[in-house]
Amino acid sequence: MKLAALTTALFGAAVALIFFYAPTDATLGFQQRIFYFHVPIALTSYACFGWGAWKALRYLRTRDERADLESYVAIHQGVVFGALTLITGSIWAKASWGVWWTWGEDELVLFLVLFLFYCAYFMLRFSVEAGPMRAQMSAVYALFGVVLIPVSFLAIRLSKQFLHPQVFTLHGPQMAHSQFFTFCVAWAAMLCLFATLYHVELAGKRIDAHLRELRELLGRRLDGGPQGAQVSALPAPERSSS
Amino acid sequence: MRYAQDTWALARKDLLLELRAKETLPSMLLFIIAAFTVFHFAIPHGTGVVAARGLLWSALVFTALLGLTRAFVAEREQGMFDALVLAPCDRSAIWLGKTVAVLCFLAAAEVVALPAFSIFFTGLDGRTVAAVALADLGIAAVGTLFGAMAVAGRARELMLPLLFLPMAIPIVVGGVGRYLWFLALYDAIFALLAWASFEYVVAET
Repeated sequence: MKLAALTTALFGAAVALIFFYAPTDATLGFQQRIFYFHVPIALTSYACFGWGAWKALRYLRTRDERADLESYVAIHQGVVFGALTLITGSIWAKASWGVWWTWGEDELVLFLVLFLFYCAYFMLRFSVEAGPMRAQMSAVYALFGVVLIPVSFLAIRLSKQFLHPQVFTLHGPQMAHSQFFTFCVAWAAMLCLFATLYHVELAGKRIDAHLRELRELLGRRLDGGPQGAQVSALPAPERSSS
Repeated sequence: MRYAQDTWALARKDLLLELRAKETLPSMLLFIIAAFTVFHFAIPHGTGVVAARGLLWSALVFTALLGLTRAFVAEREQGMFDALVLAPCDRSAIWLGKTVAVLCFLAAAEVVALPAFSIFFTGLDGRTVAAVALADLGIAAVGTLFGAMAVAGRARELMLPLLFLPMAIPIVVGGVGRYLWFLALYDAIFALLAWASFEYVVAET
């Protein structure tokens, strides 16, 4: 609850700062303000993937099932933030250069690669039956992902030498103090948003798992064993009425 | 010493199987030549050397994918994986043996494919051949691990391209740009990671 309140407060502050405090960029104009959403979202996405990989490593070390679920949830959030990065980056590219997509922007291309990579994570996870094997595979894949980030970044940088001779600069001129402050608040807000969503999803998934366990237990009690005493001990209106 | 013997025994098994069944290698060869032919019609005439090199690399990656999809099929279909995992050898030796076998297949396919490419499109220099050799190492190392992952699921053949292609993008960049140091770096990093993590992919530890 506290976290959600903090997120709301920080988000309000960030939006106020972005639209009323940060100066309008001299060369890029009003649309440059999307920078305060786009870059914090991208950095938060890296943080999600990093956190997911850390939890994956924890799983391989400790065999704690909670770490597996935490790793999955973090990567799930990372993919959501990654998709947002692609969308905001695309809007920014349209506003600045008049095109929806540019291969000249390192970060966008990197996010496309990571997005593809981590979408396959879900395909892999859902094609294997739940259990330790799935958890191990997911963990290994998450570790590969976090190593792939710098390698891909380097590769994309290198590819420019033969694909795009000209290089766009991301931030234009150096950030002023007021811009930097706004950026930091926006980033903190995004990180808090991630933390809140992470906890909410984790709680939901845990309740889900718990509920499934209870249902199985209930089903087993109703199917096997003598009818009567055991059944009456458990509230199961939909089963007992049929 | 034991480790090397185990690895060699496993690699030899795969090579012998291929020598007798002749399943993977002929299909890889046919595929890469067919891919070259398709590319000839897909790319306009006179697009330059770099574009032709791009063709070579996409053909190589997809051919490797074809080989990798088959790599663990026999193990899965005949329940060999359990036997391999039970065998008293280090599990990473399974990965290394399979990687060596895949590397042999790739090299054999390329011995035919590279001259064919130079006849069809444009000549190749030593640097490109070195890049191909380095890329093969990375493809075999990463592809073997991901191949083992892919066959564990329900989707099997469908899974591997999804897992492998994002990983192959740096290889294509290194190959088309002919950054040998970058390919070597990729090989070293991911071979080490695959070697260390293979046991988690095949067995509950």
